[in-house]
Amino acid sequence: MNWVGANLDLVVELTLTHARLSIVPILVGFVVAVPLGVFAWRFRWARGVTLTVVGLLYTIPSLALFVLLPPIIGISFLSELNVTIALSIYAVALMTRSATEALESVDPAVRGAANAMGYSGWGRFWAVDLPLAGPVLLAGLRVVSVSTVSLVTVGVLVGSRNLGYLFMNGLQRGIVAEIATGIVMTVLIAVAFDLLLALVGRLAMPWTQGAGGGRRSRRVARRIALTEGPT
Amino acid sequence: MNLFLDALAWLTDPERVTGPNPLAERIGEHLWYTVLALVVSALIAVPLGYLIGHTGKGRQLAVLGSGAARALPSLGLLTIFTLIVGVGNAQVAAIAVFVILGVPSILAGAYAGVEAVDRSVVDAARAMGMTETQILFRVEAPLGLPLLLGGLRSAALQIIATAVLAAYVGLGGLGIYIQRGISLRTYDEMLGGAILIVLLALIVDALFAIAERVARRAIGSAPSRGRPRSERPEPLSTDRQSTLEEIR
Repeated sequence: MNWVGANLDLVVELTLTHARLSIVPILVGFVVAVPLGVFAWRFRWARGVTLTVVGLLYTIPSLALFVLLPPIIGISFLSELNVTIALSIYAVALMTRSATEALESVDPAVRGAANAMGYSGWGRFWAVDLPLAGPVLLAGLRVVSVSTVSLVTVGVLVGSRNLGYLFMNGLQRGIVAEIATGIVMTVLIAVAFDLLLALVGRLAMPWTQGAGGGRRSRRVARRIALTEGPT
Repeated sequence: MNLFLDALAWLTDPERVTGPNPLAERIGEHLWYTVLALVVSALIAVPLGYLIGHTGKGRQLAVLGSGAARALPSLGLLTIFTLIVGVGNAQVAAIAVFVILGVPSILAGAYAGVEAVDRSVVDAARAMGMTETQILFRVEAPLGLPLLLGGLRSAALQIIATAVLAAYVGLGGLGIYIQRGISLRTYDEMLGGAILIVLLALIVDALFAIAERVARRAIGSAPSRGRPRSERPEPLSTDRQSTLEEIR
């Protein structure tokens, strides 16, 4: 506790930077992956290729990606962009799979009913498919958010300044409290983001509270919350 | 791209066999950590997952575990455990961290595999007079094998990735090339090491993918990630489509 008191400014500064570094990949993940997911869902031929590529991407260990990415895209090895882009790649990879599964979790009978009511093509997509895919999309986004916040810490090894700094500095100086502070703050950011996303989900999809929402989409959402995650 | 040619040259240099930090030794370390941690994680997680799946109790534990494993930063766990047990025992600390990060995926796989078994199949087994243990080991466990393998696959990848960080607490493994490369600015070494790590992860991933496929074939089910044909978005005439879907 003494350590925290003496270094409060540093902890606050690193926490804010850490949160800032996490936001861009999470947003990019959502914005890029939903169209990709739609693409994989609409065109059967695209599904296999897309899902295989994203599956391979998040097989890559994070530190290896941080090292391999700069020469591939031609940026400086220590650039802050490096960590942002690498984590965006993971976010997109993870979210594309969730988005595809989200759209597939929509009950075909509902889709049939929408067709029967005269919806077609994109009209049906915006009014029926996308809202009903919402709960699974949200489950995917929450996984992306938590894992991104945690993965940012590895960036310290390639020069990114974030809460991971407390881990390496604490290790060198032998201060357990410093590392513990880093872990606690990382988890707190993850929890704060998670609660925020849950709240946004609730506001955007009021029908998911209580008994609403399909059984099937709830099952898929739970499976994503259980099993997905980059390394 | 020049950098990658340098990395390739570094990888194929005879120094990698005869010099300090020989590749075979580091790969061996990395694999050893991975296998050991995976086995220990499985010994803890599989029985627990089967218990949760079979009884349906404690699901929240599985969900909580997955959430925690994602939220806890692996580098933080690795450094704090090393400090607590002392740098001399870093190996124990590292294995403990790998196990902590490996258990939730395997638990989720074991539990989801058992839970996904059709309830009517379980009821049929019970009606045939099987005991609960027999149901678990002869019905639920074999049918849930593909999902369990999926869990082991995620755990293995998670452990391989975390073992890369083990170099930073002095444990070698393939991460040592990245660590040395960054601090000494030997980019060929750094990239060469990263390439090896990616290859290792891809190979392990592919092996598990094959095992999953074999298991699926053995129990005679279609891949669960496959898309049921009824969900093809293409327009049959609308009422025919919904009738067809009902039949399916």
